Amino acid sequence: MSVIYLLISISIVVAIIFFIAFILAVKKGQYDDDYTPSVRMLFDDELIHPKVEKPKIETPTTL
Amino acid sequence: MQNCFHCGLDIIKEERIIFDEKDFCCNGCKTVYEIFSLNDMTCYYDFEKSPGATPLDIKGKYDFLDNEGIVGKLLEFQEDNTAIVSLNIPHIHCSSCIWILENLQRLQKGISTSQVNFPEKKVRITYNTEIVSLKTIVHLLSSIGYEPYISLENYETGKNNVDRSLTYKLGLAFFCFGNIMLLSFPEYFEVKEYWLDNYRPFFRWLIFALSLPSFLYSASGYYVSAYKSIKSGMLNIDIPIALGIIIFFIRSTFDIVMDYGSGFFDSLTGLIFFMLLGKMFQIKTYSFLSFERDFKSYFPIAITKINADSSEESVPVYDIQKGDRLLIRNQELIPVDGILMSEKAEIDYSFVTGEAIPITKKSGDKVFAGGKQMGKVIEMEVLHSVSQSYLTQLWSNDVFQKEVEQKHKSITDTISRYFTPILLLIAFAGFGYWIFIDANIAFNVFTAVLIVACPCALALTAPFTMGNVLRILGKKKFYLKNALVIEQLAKVDTIVFDKTGTITTNKKSNISYEGKKLSEENLILVKNVLRASNHPLSRMLYDFLPESKRYKINDFEEITGKGIQADIEGNQVQIGSASFVGKSEDGNIQQTTVHIKINEVYCGKYIFNNQYREGLANLFEQLSHNYQIKVLSGDNEGERDTLESILPKQTELVFNQKPEQKLEFIKKLQEEGKNVMMVGDGLNDAGALAQSNIGISISENVNVFSPACDAILDAGEFRKLNYFLKLSQKSISTIKMSFALSLLYNVVGLSFAITGNLQPLVAAIIMPLSTVTIVSFVTIMSNFYAKRLK
Repeated sequence: MSVIYLLISISIVVAIIFFIAFILAVKKGQYDDDYTPSVRMLFDDELIHPKVEKPKIETPTTL
Repeated sequence: MQNCFHCGLDIIKEERIIFDEKDFCCNGCKTVYEIFSLNDMTCYYDFEKSPGATPLDIKGKYDFLDNEGIVGKLLEFQEDNTAIVSLNIPHIHCSSCIWILENLQRLQKGISTSQVNFPEKKVRITYNTEIVSLKTIVHLLSSIGYEPYISLENYETGKNNVDRSLTYKLGLAFFCFGNIMLLSFPEYFEVKEYWLDNYRPFFRWLIFALSLPSFLYSASGYYVSAYKSIKSGMLNIDIPIALGIIIFFIRSTFDIVMDYGSGFFDSLTGLIFFMLLGKMFQIKTYSFLSFERDFKSYFPIAITKINADSSEESVPVYDIQKGDRLLIRNQELIPVDGILMSEKAEIDYSFVTGEAIPITKKSGDKVFAGGKQMGKVIEMEVLHSVSQSYLTQLWSNDVFQKEVEQKHKSITDTISRYFTPILLLIAFAGFGYWIFIDANIAFNVFTAVLIVACPCALALTAPFTMGNVLRILGKKKFYLKNALVIEQLAKVDTIVFDKTGTITTNKKSNISYEGKKLSEENLILVKNVLRASNHPLSRMLYDFLPESKRYKINDFEEITGKGIQADIEGNQVQIGSASFVGKSEDGNIQQTTVHIKINEVYCGKYIFNNQYREGLANLFEQLSHNYQIKVLSGDNEGERDTLESILPKQTELVFNQKPEQKLEFIKKLQEEGKNVMMVGDGLNDAGALAQSNIGISISENVNVFSPACDAILDAGEFRKLNYFLKLSQKSISTIKMSFALSLLYNVVGLSFAITGNLQPLVAAIIMPLSTVTIVSFVTIMSNFYAKRLK
């Protein structure tokens, strides 16, 4: 019978947890710059790229 | 023509450098590429084609960073060995920039992290003070073409607090609104079920609890503003809003307590959310621009002082005292007024006046703060400290002292002056009518009127129109400080232009020749000699002369303040001032001239006239129909005839205006009841820009610095000024139309309220419906006008 109290309370608590997460994110300044992160996330792959390619270039020169 | 692999500029054939199978325009660019390729960082060039900038010579420029006191003032954070500094780097413009600046730790030991804020063009560097100094970091950045801009403005800024309260309020309002909406659904459908009836109180009290944060915190700004406006006797739009919200809440609470119904909490929280959303939308900031700049952002932080024992020392600019001897290097800004001790100097006052051609000063001449030193190192003796210098004194004027919170009344406030009394009248009339029939209904009607008339749509109209127009203008490179500026633009009736740098451009010069005709061979000689000189006049003249063959130059000599001479193919060529070529100065000294002498024979002179901006005559012609136009100039009357021939007849021309006089000129016009718009560029216009109802600063490069103003206009878009003015007027009429529409909604809502039939569901439908129609109406209308106007 009282399961509705439990369910709604849980759903509200979950909502509040997400809300607190949002507030913390704003407080830390994560929303201050909404452009740079969108570019930054594309870099990770590029970083590995030269390291992999480097030995390939060097081997013919040493041979 | 090939482009440089690093910076993308055209490569002059003879200077081309080939390195690693790539072409570079100069050694600087090549060096940067070398640094990157040595450190395995060439994917810098993968993200964007030729993203770089040529590193400039900065020898000695940042010596002041050895002074720990100064460094301490620049740092954002410092504890033990860890320090954090935020540097402003104007060159940041693409993803390659972000990549390289966030990988600084691979170039320099001691840097632990660096993070770019692209919109603000800033990089935040965390480093270990034991291993690396700020000076080394700044040198590293400069050497890869990312020279930071450090000015007096950075001094004592430290950590600045960002106001994020609107984001919190909006987030909270959305949270409450969303949850209440969900919990309200059972009530909307009013299914007569035992199960629902049983839990009704639980749902209702939960909704009540959820509305509290929104009511108490998110809407708090409206209560404060309403209270302030009542106190000052100015009825603004926030009064009916605050009143509506409070009545909303009390009535809804009352309904729940007495078990009359579910209350209007859904509409209440929705209203708060939408209005905050409007506020958020209106705030469009161009974080890479600053509208609050004064002389501080131009002036250096520290300067080299020569002590009595002739040792050199970096001292903060504020510590300079009268009688000190200062050393000013090439490209450094003179921070104080003083007397030149060195023999000769070339000073570029373009920051101050907009005039690009440097002025020559002799030993013993007065030099004024704000000039940029060009050429060899000079020494000067200080006459006034920073705050008492000629230019900086302007900032002690009252205009800069008071922080005017709201200079002008907004259009919404004007309407709400009538709106609030009428609303109260209707509410009391309804109450008065029903009280004789049924006290209960009378109370309901009274509150319902105030609820339904809560000018949500009215309050949303202006923010959404202005916010949208602000974005449209921003796309067209006209950057406004805030939305209120649009209203001011629409009201302008008098436009005052500065001359130098505003209606003239310092990029190009109109060059004409007077004297004996130069033979083709001589022209080639002159062009070749000019090639070697870096003086702005030489560069301009060089670009002006036709392309030619190249000769080898011998014995090239550049004499500061006089001219250049060289031996070329056996010919002696002298180019420079009249006295330099041994010709007596003729009467007309108002012109900028360059004289030519070849093999001891005087040939003639090139005259540099001001080049007026493209489309100037056309723009003034259009503007003169609707506005009074005036032109102010700090220069002498030399250009009067030319100006009179270009500009419409009724244009008033005023010459020889000092910065304070420009300010007074604007003030006088305002006292005559005019709404004045000032268009200027240099620091000498700063006073006039601040005094005017709306100050627009013209900038050749918006990333570079412009004086404090209400709007920044990209110089290339200058001729569109009339379009911008028209668009702002149209946006005001859009707002007026939308006001009519929202009043219509109010009438419909009121007819429900006054008859005592306002159900929660009706309110929950009318409210979002009016919001959506108003928002889409103003967006469509302002976009339509932006397209249609030409």
